[in-house]
Amino acid sequence: MKVPRLKVMVAMSGGVDSSVAAALLVEQGHDVVGVTMRLWGGDSDTGCCSVSDVDDARRVAQQLGIDHLVFNFTEDFHRHVVDPYVDAHRVGITPNPCIECNRHVKFARLSERAALLGFDAVATGHHARVTADEGGTLQLERGFDRDKDQSYVVHMIDQAELARTMFPVGSMTKTTVREHAARLGLRTATKPDSQDVCFITSTGWRTTFLGTRIPFRPAAVVDTSGATVGTVPAVEMITLGQRRGIGLPGGGPKQYVVEVDVPNALVTVGDERELFVPGQHVAEMTWVQPPAAVGEADTVLVQCSAHGEPKPARVTVAADARSVEVHWLIPQRRVANGQSIVLYDDTDRFVLAGGISRRASSAPLPR
Amino acid sequence: MNVTYLDHAATTPMRQEAVEAMLPFLTERFANPSGSHRFARSIRQVVDEARDVVADIVGCEPGDVIFTGCGTESDNAAILGTLRRHGGTAVCSAAEHHAVLHTIEHAGGRIVGVDPQGRIDLAELAAVLDDDVSVVSVMAVNNEVGAINPLADVAALVRERSPRAVVHTDAVQAVSWLDLRELSPHAQLMAFSAHKFGGPKGVGILIARGAVFEPLLQGGGQERDRRSGTHNVAGIVAMAEAMRITDRERVADTLRLREMRDRLVDTLLAELPDVIETVPRDAKVAGSAHVCIADVESEALLYLLDEADVCASAASACASGAMEPSHVLAAMGVDKRYSLGALRMSLGATTTSDDVDRALAVLVPAVRRLRGGAR
Repeated sequence: MKVPRLKVMVAMSGGVDSSVAAALLVEQGHDVVGVTMRLWGGDSDTGCCSVSDVDDARRVAQQLGIDHLVFNFTEDFHRHVVDPYVDAHRVGITPNPCIECNRHVKFARLSERAALLGFDAVATGHHARVTADEGGTLQLERGFDRDKDQSYVVHMIDQAELARTMFPVGSMTKTTVREHAARLGLRTATKPDSQDVCFITSTGWRTTFLGTRIPFRPAAVVDTSGATVGTVPAVEMITLGQRRGIGLPGGGPKQYVVEVDVPNALVTVGDERELFVPGQHVAEMTWVQPPAAVGEADTVLVQCSAHGEPKPARVTVAADARSVEVHWLIPQRRVANGQSIVLYDDTDRFVLAGGISRRASSAPLPR
Repeated sequence: MNVTYLDHAATTPMRQEAVEAMLPFLTERFANPSGSHRFARSIRQVVDEARDVVADIVGCEPGDVIFTGCGTESDNAAILGTLRRHGGTAVCSAAEHHAVLHTIEHAGGRIVGVDPQGRIDLAELAAVLDDDVSVVSVMAVNNEVGAINPLADVAALVRERSPRAVVHTDAVQAVSWLDLRELSPHAQLMAFSAHKFGGPKGVGILIARGAVFEPLLQGGGQERDRRSGTHNVAGIVAMAEAMRITDRERVADTLRLREMRDRLVDTLLAELPDVIETVPRDAKVAGSAHVCIADVESEALLYLLDEADVCASAASACASGAMEPSHVLAAMGVDKRYSLGALRMSLGATTTSDDVDRALAVLVPAVRRLRGGAR
């Protein structure tokens, strides 16, 4: 089948995946323009929008013979990603900034700009696939390379957006992507994968980054009987399920954070069993497939972190489709407030919907 | 490249005469003017003559002319050199080019606001001038919006309130539009850059009249110990030639280009609602057509212009190439709804009436399209 020639804006981060994505689009005969988004100009400017990464993106674009532009979306990035990230920690919520960036910047701001400028599609280097079922409904499918799959972080793309989204490397393994880059002699062929959050590069940075933006408060650490067993210097840095760095002496039975009460600066630790719950409330849902169809599914698979193992569950969809209750077939660990939760079909291939953990649910399994 | 070039404030095409003037010094006449043989002396003579040309156009002594590597170097040498020699504090306006603004911010100097027309606020300037001030830097012409500063008033204020201080002016954007002989009495230090008036990139001038400063670059002391480094002979020769022709053509060019600029802006204002002319025409240079277009983003507009081979700009770009929000418009207090849609079109010696027609033919539909949403 001949692919129609499209005008495609490809988001080039300066990494190997988006470099090869651009190269593939050019090989397919599309009219391609590369865009690097400037998102973050802060101190820890070592992540995906540093000047050297922009250089890499530009040089790859030159090599491919395509135009390359830099769009300054720092204001949007601050408003939708950085500020909410900081505010969330202030109240004990652990958000996923990469997902918020995809939601508000890549597949919203950039995509709107592309449409305004006459582009038919926006492409990125994510490992995910856009496919269609027999009826023509678009599907967001996991990347071919299951280990590198990024469908979790792009789960919020709806049907309208999917229709103008391309993931050129989604059907390749990472090894094939690198081989392709090497064959073309792209300077990014052996560039290491980017790590974590672009504006924070390691745990130390996270503490530094947040520490200069919110007042850290020390908290008492208590066991489930209420007895004080230690202290932590910053309650804002403690996450549900955390096992290290909670100020407990070694040697005893493994203790996990089972409750973080930020307003009262209280961290409760307990046995791992305390973390397990029968269900999970998921709010702020976005839907790739119709809510009714998802609600009717016998079983769905639910993934609670970027590389977490999906677990089977049934879901009840709220009447307004803005939230769902996940009923685990086997109790699972509670998910920290603010984390994204993504529903896949029972073959573990297609994203159905996704949302954000807002509180644990104790809803019993439906009969 | 067949483009409609309306970005002369960013850089200008070289004057043909300047290209020809520099060629011999890139080929057979390669000697170092500081050498001690006759070959070198013949080159030294050329540099001296270039200095005479510049001095004549600026209205200073040849000994006041220092050849530098660029306008930014000239600004840094003037400001930092004065501070290092005399101590004290530097003062500038908030709408200065980054070559001045960042230098003075870095040195912990005082920043003075501007009025809504982009000119330094004289009352605010008066308030910060005192005996501690050693250098006051006020640009002759603003590079973004084209506003002309009242240098004579600045100089008078400085004489009155900070008699110890020197006035420096970044006159990089002035050469094509203003009579430098009228400007120079008001500033002891002046910075120029060749590529803004038909000369090559990588060569500039610092004028220092009665101002003593510590050199930025230490070394062979080639420019009378005020600047070191082997002379960029070809660049200097071409710069002087470009300056000579620009000065000769200036009045005629200004009249011709003002008419074109007026037609460009008048048509835009007539065709498109909610567009403001950032600085009134009587307060800016003839080649500047700076407008702010409500409900349009500069980045998007520039893409559509670029796609149609029209070269214009918005504000300055950072190292990554991303456009930064304009500090000049922010200082002028332009409403964000307008400043986000800033568009700088700058005309120059090679601009034709066809360029204006082509720019309008692209710009008007582009703005309508961006305002109307996706096609």
